[in-house]
Amino acid sequence: MKRNWFRRFTGVRNRGINPQGFHVSQIKFYLLLLPLAVFMLLPVVFIVSSAFKPPDELYAYPPRFFVIHPTFKNFTDLFSKFSNSGVPVSRYLFNSIVITLVAVAASILVSSTAAYALSKKRFRLKQTLFAVNTVALMFVPIAVTIPRFLVIERLNLLDTFWVHILPGLAMPVGLFLLKQFMDSIPNEVIEAAQIDGASDLQIYWRIVLPMIRPAIATIAILTFQAAWNNAETSTLYINAESLKTFAFYLGTLTTGATGANAVAGQGIAAAAALIMFLPNLVVFIFLQSQVMSTMSHSGLK
Amino acid sequence: MQSNPSRTLPVPARYEGKIAIRKWFDKEGSAYGFLFIYALLFIVFIVVPVLAAFLLSFTFFDTIQFPSFIGLSNYINLLTQDDTFMRYVLPNTIEFAVIVGPGGYALAFLLAWVLAQLPKIPRTLFALILYSPSMTSGVAMAVVWKTLFSGDQIGYLNSFLMNLGIVQEPIQWLQSPQYLMTIMILVTLWSSMGIGFLAMLAGILEINPELYEAAALDGMSSRWQEIFYITIPSMKPQMLFGAVMAIVGTFQAGAIGVTLSGSNPTPQYAGQLIVNHIEDYGFLRYEMGYAAAISVVLLLMVLFFTRLSNRLFASEE
Repeated sequence: MKRNWFRRFTGVRNRGINPQGFHVSQIKFYLLLLPLAVFMLLPVVFIVSSAFKPPDELYAYPPRFFVIHPTFKNFTDLFSKFSNSGVPVSRYLFNSIVITLVAVAASILVSSTAAYALSKKRFRLKQTLFAVNTVALMFVPIAVTIPRFLVIERLNLLDTFWVHILPGLAMPVGLFLLKQFMDSIPNEVIEAAQIDGASDLQIYWRIVLPMIRPAIATIAILTFQAAWNNAETSTLYINAESLKTFAFYLGTLTTGATGANAVAGQGIAAAAALIMFLPNLVVFIFLQSQVMSTMSHSGLK
Repeated sequence: MQSNPSRTLPVPARYEGKIAIRKWFDKEGSAYGFLFIYALLFIVFIVVPVLAAFLLSFTFFDTIQFPSFIGLSNYINLLTQDDTFMRYVLPNTIEFAVIVGPGGYALAFLLAWVLAQLPKIPRTLFALILYSPSMTSGVAMAVVWKTLFSGDQIGYLNSFLMNLGIVQEPIQWLQSPQYLMTIMILVTLWSSMGIGFLAMLAGILEINPELYEAAALDGMSSRWQEIFYITIPSMKPQMLFGAVMAIVGTFQAGAIGVTLSGSNPTPQYAGQLIVNHIEDYGFLRYEMGYAAAISVVLLLMVLFFTRLSNRLFASEE
């Protein structure tokens, strides 16, 4: 009996890639990963801990990493605060939520329709257009901030709600992942639907969309992160304080503050940072298995 | 199709033309219909800005007057007159890019490989932890870094080092030229297990296990051999995707120095990267033409590195 148990964890069965269970050869990997994981988590734990610290613990000397008497004071302070120009903090949060939801929905629609054309339709420029999108994978938005600003100015998008949404919608990585994933749907499925008399829109909506759920989840996450964390749009394109995002507000807490303001601001900033971080985490945890199955189609040939 | 009265075409030909367009539309029209919105946004927010950067780079443009054509002067100035660029920005960018790019990439691959050696539940858990820094934005994390590296004795790092007796006085980590770059690199590496890392992890898990068995039978004994002769060649497409994401991520991360130090230019230009230089000229000095020339240089750098990784990981097809 004891020998069986011993062989279970030392035999050949669970060695190598993607094992089913524990094996002694895995111990060295755990030894490597555990300290690293702790190190990677430190800043995140730090945010959580600081967000719940009362003021005397935030400025205690010597500083203490973990909170001793957790309190919600930082959060209540945060939401009773107004920005310098008199906009309540909840307004920024509301903006961020609306912008993120609209961006995610629009991004899914725009990318998946385009991916459907590039994957399942036949037309002459198909290969070329996909190649153009693949080249655009290496597009670095930050490099063309200035011409982008000029374009947005020309289109009269400055200081509008849509400037938060539109520039991020054409996301080459998103289209790329969706198209690669859609390629795995057999063409026979589409052809069978065509023979049954389904229109393009019906095929897209009733057949393709339900089959690419994992890829859609991935696009949703990528757009979510981009939109939710976006502070640049508010800095560059928005003047009206009531249209700016929560990420932007968080930025003002950490940069502008000096002296007494900085002292009062630290706990609030930590609380705001936690509010920024948590939705990302929750969304990713819920969708991670979908993301992984999309990523196995991510190869760039 | 409006016919032009001055030119009378023979009726059958015009009719044929109409039919051809009709046929084309029936066949390909819906494809373009599906592509339309994406293509429009792609052109407006990606193609036009890139072209505009390219065109503006040959002009003098101060945002008030119409851009005037000045040929290659911006590029010549950049290479010969711009002392800051040559002395700080370019060396900094290269140092940052070389360490964070290939370094982060290799780290991502190795960690993905290690994760693939574990069963599903611990693997998912570790993947989540390693990926978690990539979820947050620089803005949110600035809170953490500013406190950890705070310049007074309340800063965690200072307090820690002073307790150990390694330093006697608090160090202005984020304001001192000698440490800023190192901190920037560490912080960026910390958040470099992004989407490329997930792609590589998925790629490793997809490899057919029979390949390893066959290699073992053929006498392959070490795991390093396994990595270089089986794992990497079998997942070249994912390796390439990861490489492109690493390159883009590295250059996109360039604003970190300004975020950390809170000023552009960074203290004594110690953390000044090419991205900050663009911003410095574009939004602080309003020399848009010159800034555009720097943007073009940056885009060319990305292009160069992507081509390089293409060479390394292109599939033989």
